[in-house]
Amino acid sequence: MGRVRVRVIVDKGTSVFDGVYLSVARGAFRRYSTYRAATVAGTVTNTVFGMILASTMLALWRARPGLGGYDAAQAVTYIWISQGLLVTVAVWGGGFQDDLQARFRSGDIAVDLYRPVDFQGWWLATDLGRAGYQLLTRGALPMLAGAALFDLVLPGDPLVWAEFLLAVALAVVVSFGLRFLASITGFWLHDSDGVRAAMAVVSMFFSGMLLPLALFPGALGELARVLPFSAMVQLPADVLLQRRTGTALLGLYGFQLAWGAALLALGRAGQTLAVRRVVVQGG
Amino acid sequence: MAVIEVEDVRRSFTVRTKEGRWRRGKREVRAVDGLSFTVAEGECVGYIGPNGAGKSTTVKMLTGILVPSGGRLRVAGVDPAARRAELARRIGVVFGQRTTLWWDLPLRDSYELARRIYRIPDARYRANLDRCVELLDLAALLDTPVRQLSLGQRMRGDLAAALLHDPSVLYLDEPTIGLDTVSKAKVRAFLRETNRERRTTVLLTTHDLTDIEQLCGRVMVIDHGRLVLDGPLERLHEIGGSERTLVVDLAEAHPPIDLPGVRVARTEGPRQWLAFPARQSAAPIVAAVAERYPLVDLSVREPAIEDVISRIYAGDPAAVPAP
Repeated sequence: MGRVRVRVIVDKGTSVFDGVYLSVARGAFRRYSTYRAATVAGTVTNTVFGMILASTMLALWRARPGLGGYDAAQAVTYIWISQGLLVTVAVWGGGFQDDLQARFRSGDIAVDLYRPVDFQGWWLATDLGRAGYQLLTRGALPMLAGAALFDLVLPGDPLVWAEFLLAVALAVVVSFGLRFLASITGFWLHDSDGVRAAMAVVSMFFSGMLLPLALFPGALGELARVLPFSAMVQLPADVLLQRRTGTALLGLYGFQLAWGAALLALGRAGQTLAVRRVVVQGG
Repeated sequence: MAVIEVEDVRRSFTVRTKEGRWRRGKREVRAVDGLSFTVAEGECVGYIGPNGAGKSTTVKMLTGILVPSGGRLRVAGVDPAARRAELARRIGVVFGQRTTLWWDLPLRDSYELARRIYRIPDARYRANLDRCVELLDLAALLDTPVRQLSLGQRMRGDLAAALLHDPSVLYLDEPTIGLDTVSKAKVRAFLRETNRERRTTVLLTTHDLTDIEQLCGRVMVIDHGRLVLDGPLERLHEIGGSERTLVVDLAEAHPPIDLPGVRVARTEGPRQWLAFPARQSAAPIVAAVAERYPLVDLSVREPAIEDVISRIYAGDPAAVPAP
């Protein structure tokens, strides 16, 4: 079922585009589509967690209606959006990070540097390909299940969905920027697992994955709103729930773009430093 | 014309060592220490040395992913570290223990990607792919995901990937490691053909000396970051003071045979191993043994280059040539 849609998009891509990075992104997309059992298991997990969390939220909102400016239906919708984004945006890490980590450990990272392709661009392309596949499976399917099981407030206007997809794409770029920084510490530390674990905790908390950021009190809420993590879950959810429209929506994209650009630039600087003093394990 | 020029190249690493609970010391390790050589276009050179001798460090500097601490390097006329991306289009690299192939996707996808990465013109790509598919016997494997390939198949796949863009220099790091005899023969035949027909310059790092014997006209031996030998394969035997071995079976056990110019390397019951210089003829020794001892059977063993090299590595002063 998901497979049919996947093929159509891949074929369209082949005929229209012909660049290296598109080719890399397409390859990553197809590669993830070969992990069928993992996709099914992951989608079921997201759905089950969505059901548990949505029920919890319903109970919470019954006790405290209007919490954070959300009504109960919006709160439940928020939960399903965040479940759909969790893996698509790789909120707790993963995606290209696992491949990169494996390549640091095995020393295969050396091979990557022999190729006349940009290291950061290469991994960004693989991550966008991965996100594309996961949006169609682990993003869309739990949301469909959520819509079937709960009363969600989803927009009927296709334009809002398009705006949402743009916000998700930018969310993936911000997420990539953060994960890339965490991963390239591998050039110095040989093993970036510790950094990744710390990043995952912070990221889950400040992205709005656990609770909408509007529920964070005072200074903590202010902090959460300026950190890049909010670009990953809270902001795309705001777009779909239409909490930000018009100029506020432009501001939201601006925030995502600014953080995305800043993080990519930092990653690039880090990459330059790393390549300059590259020490490859083994080999 | 020299394709690879290495002039007094050095590379040292700082290694941190633990000294006591908190204190950390620093120690400088010279992985490559004053290395000089040139490789001409179309040459196939074996680059050998024990683990940790500086082979990989050299190759990393030649590909530009490691900056030398000193000295001068040129590959195809350019400084590798300064122009890594440009050079990458002109070199091919194959590691026996690494892969550039896309693990979960069919072999063909990795080649398509190489076509884009190296911007290979269509006709060239097709011709090169056809040639590799034929010579490396890949036709049946093109649509198989790389993770399902055997080691030998994957190695052949990697070789093809490294050659689609017609590199002028090919670095091979243990290309036959772990392969069975048939796969090794295929890989070697392909490399010989590529070197001969395409005039591809090959620098081959290996621990399998059969690779060298079958492919390389010239061999460089590196140890402790310095070249200890550079010359044709035959010179290895000369310099290594190679010995041939005459294995004789006598009618019964005897004390070690005593003949001038002959050293008894080993005895085992009625069998004795007689070592003598490789340039010397075996005939007079055989005659002398047959005359004085009850000779039942004999065989002559040619010198193994492993032995020669292990003597050079061990720092046998007789084996190391004067600089």
